[in-house]
Amino acid sequence: MKSMMIILLSAMLTDNFVLSKFMGICPFLGVSKKLDSASGMGIAVTFVMICATAVTYPIHHGLLVPNGLEYFDTVVFILVIALFVQLVETALKKTIPSLYKSLGVYLPLITTNCAVLGVTVLNIDNGYSFIQSLVNALGAGLGFMLALVIFSGVRRKLEYADIPETFKGVPATLIAASIVSVSFMGFSGLFN
Amino acid sequence: MAEKKTLAQELTKGIIKENPTLVMLLGMCPTLAVTTQAMNGIGMGLATTFVLLGSNIVISALRKVIPDKVRIPAFIVIIASFVTLIGFLLEGFVPSLYASLGIYLTLITVNCIIFGRAEMFASKNGVIASAFDAIGMGIGFTLALFAMGSVREIIGAGQWMGMDIPVIHNNPMLLFIMPAGGFFTLGMIIAAVNKFANRKPPVEISCGGEGCEGCPMAGNCKEGKEEKSE
Repeated sequence: MKSMMIILLSAMLTDNFVLSKFMGICPFLGVSKKLDSASGMGIAVTFVMICATAVTYPIHHGLLVPNGLEYFDTVVFILVIALFVQLVETALKKTIPSLYKSLGVYLPLITTNCAVLGVTVLNIDNGYSFIQSLVNALGAGLGFMLALVIFSGVRRKLEYADIPETFKGVPATLIAASIVSVSFMGFSGLFN
Repeated sequence: MAEKKTLAQELTKGIIKENPTLVMLLGMCPTLAVTTQAMNGIGMGLATTFVLLGSNIVISALRKVIPDKVRIPAFIVIIASFVTLIGFLLEGFVPSLYASLGIYLTLITVNCIIFGRAEMFASKNGVIASAFDAIGMGIGFTLALFAMGSVREIIGAGQWMGMDIPVIHNNPMLLFIMPAGGFFTLGMIIAAVNKFANRKPPVEISCGGEGCEGCPMAGNCKEGKEEKSE
């Protein structure tokens, strides 16, 4: 139980996917303008990360390893994720339309989100067990959401700030991200 | 004659005018992640160029065969195959680079630059034009990564390509090789490009906006947005 908590919290805080591993920067910069879109994207990514891990882990250990086909990981994983995102979108549309309304917008964007492929590959590379992989995916997703939500607050302040012409837009956003990233460095050394 | 001129344009536009990283803001993840050293930046840039060249050639050669509806999965498979290939090549010939790029090598698969060029250029143009486009974009990406890597390595570690830089070497600003320094350096470089290229700075980055032009999902995204606002 203790090791699970460490995996969860370190994926969320010390090794935050966005701010210390630089995965999923595009949605981080793209959809962090408003709080509700940031949290919506965060929930959708967490959901897809857990489901993608639940699917790719058995495929890797049950299908690819016994046949000596580990080098197909990348091809298989990205296809599974792409298919899976489609499936979730269709399923949500039919079964829970209200949830689809709030998450549906973000689902197609997730296929090309490197954090999802990243978490599935990292789970395999780190040699996690199935449960540990799921916990890691949950932590990574929550960490992603945390970063997005915190940053959406920062960006709202940024909109009213008087920024020099050259720095308007992307540069100012990146420098703000740098400061948020410094604050996350405070968590390093929390677990050993 | 006209053909020749356009080929040269295809090659050069990726380097400055439409630099994928600094102007079009694609492929941010590897740009920030692997540029703690100038050498890694070059390695990542060249690996991406290889994948970009291979996938652009294959996709443009197959552009009439692949049905429009399944083009995204088809592109993904082609790109992922080239990524697997470059992974093997690096592991065999340059194991040190393979180790330092780590997981980001796999993540070339989901690099927006490759997807974007496949969708915006290779699926609409001939093989030769696509190859030149890929080389140009690849060089532009490599140069941007090299610049990022140089700044971060010189300030953050007091070294450049393995050489010690006097004065800074004794007092490096460690922050620059940490994640926070990556965001900061990229912000500064983009600001400098804005300033000296004297363009109107891109004010907005949001889905369907400046950063997502190359994203294959941009179409869906815009639709989704309209749906939501209703």
